[in-house]
Amino acid sequence: MSAAYPTIWRKPPQMIQARGLRIALAVGAVVYLVLAIGTIDVNWTRVIAGMERAQRFVAGFLQPDFTTRWRDISNGLMESLTMTFTSTVVGVAISIPIGVGAARNVAPRAVYLVCRSIIAISRALQEIIVAIFFVALFGFGAFAGFLTLTFATIGFIGKLLAEDIEDIDEAQAEAIRATGASWVQLINYAIQPQVMPRLIGLSLYRLDINFRESAVIGIVGAGGIGAALNTSLSRYEYSSAGAILLIIIAIVMMAEYSSGYLRKWVK
Amino acid sequence: MLRIEGLTKTYKTGDRALSDVSFEVPQGQVVGLIGPSGAGKSTLIRCINRLVEPTSGNVLLNDMNLPMMRTAELRRARRRIGMIFQEYALVERLTVMENVLSGRLGYVGFWRSFMRRYPAADIANAFRLLDRVGLLQHADKRADALSGGQRQRVGIARALAQDPELLLIDEPTASLDPKTSRQIMRLIVEICRERGLPAIINIHDVVLAQQFSDRIIGLQAGRVVFDGPPSGLTEGVLTQIYGEEDWTAMRNGAAEDAEAEAEDKAQAEKMLRAL
Repeated sequence: MSAAYPTIWRKPPQMIQARGLRIALAVGAVVYLVLAIGTIDVNWTRVIAGMERAQRFVAGFLQPDFTTRWRDISNGLMESLTMTFTSTVVGVAISIPIGVGAARNVAPRAVYLVCRSIIAISRALQEIIVAIFFVALFGFGAFAGFLTLTFATIGFIGKLLAEDIEDIDEAQAEAIRATGASWVQLINYAIQPQVMPRLIGLSLYRLDINFRESAVIGIVGAGGIGAALNTSLSRYEYSSAGAILLIIIAIVMMAEYSSGYLRKWVK
Repeated sequence: MLRIEGLTKTYKTGDRALSDVSFEVPQGQVVGLIGPSGAGKSTLIRCINRLVEPTSGNVLLNDMNLPMMRTAELRRARRRIGMIFQEYALVERLTVMENVLSGRLGYVGFWRSFMRRYPAADIANAFRLLDRVGLLQHADKRADALSGGQRQRVGIARALAQDPELLLIDEPTASLDPKTSRQIMRLIVEICRERGLPAIINIHDVVLAQQFSDRIIGLQAGRVVFDGPPSGLTEGVLTQIYGEEDWTAMRNGAAEDAEAEAEDKAQAEKMLRAL
């Protein structure tokens, strides 16, 4: 037998060293959770009524009615798809210069701050809030939806593109800089090839987010399939609503599958 | 001709990477720059084309003083300074041809470079350079489809496409195997001879440096501690640059490497003759 090495080993605590504090925090969290749940006021009669409604809803889902409201549905769908596609294209086009400007390693400090603020504003405001604002400005309909989704796309693509540019392999940029290239040439030769596949991937991803969002913002009046869904729900036409939801699910799945495939292809 | 006078670089962190470095490189001379990691070799060659801004000192390339230049002037000077990098630093997703043509970026306008419509002379020259480094048939491949040695050849072709007056070479062989390293060094030196190009090769491998350069500059903690012919690298000098080490054993190991390479060659020739 060799010298007495310990035979018991425990993983040392990673975040909080003091044992007392660790236990106090855990107990505190549980107590808070219990108290918080206690304050939620549940109206049981209302829940039971809701269950009944849910039953009808599920029944409507099981027998979706595509035909009765087909004109509304197909108009809403076309509007949503148009809105999705145009807002993604315009949004990505605007977010490319903003994303480049928001990358610390290629933009001067002043430009960087301006672009970061634009992105921060776009990301701080949730789509529904923006939609309510644009509906108030430009009235009900797809134009408000288009503006909302474009606005949201700028924050999303701009931020992720900027982060991607900050993560590039600097050696390649250095090599291009050493040839005497100008700033635009540097972007075109050293940055673009490195970030292009991911930019395409993100744009496709945003396309399917925008479609889903178009259904949501329709509810506050920004047109599209969401408006049709809202109408059918408020008319208690659950089988039409079921049909709309099924169509949304089908389109999102299709977009998901095809964008995954395309992303693999552009590597 | 390149003249460096009193070049000093102090980083923002307060680290002094170079202290008062001065030397001259005449036309056609291949200088091996050696020294331990962190001695400032990389900083020195980057201060020449201002990828790193020097704190003070002069860098005179054919009597133009680089540290004094404004952006547009600097770009014009940079295009005459070819640079070859440690990990090749090719733009991986561009084709081999685009990488070579990127050496012309300082000479053509944005639209030409954006549309990849380079002047006929540039294109012909790029093909000639690819042929020179033995990669003519790979022109349309993506750079990341090539092996390490091939990529470094593309890096060399890119630097030469600039029609340089000076080559700055940063650890050209650090990620290559011993045999490929020798081939790459041989190619670089041959090209410098062909064109009468001065070159500064920043290199870890003392034996390679001795074998392939006309002159050695030893850097230690940002100062030049040796400047002389490769034959002047005695054990005492190496100890001064790197610290205590068994230099004889290292040289013997290197000699064995060289022998093995020669044997390989003989073997290959024998096989060719047998065919």
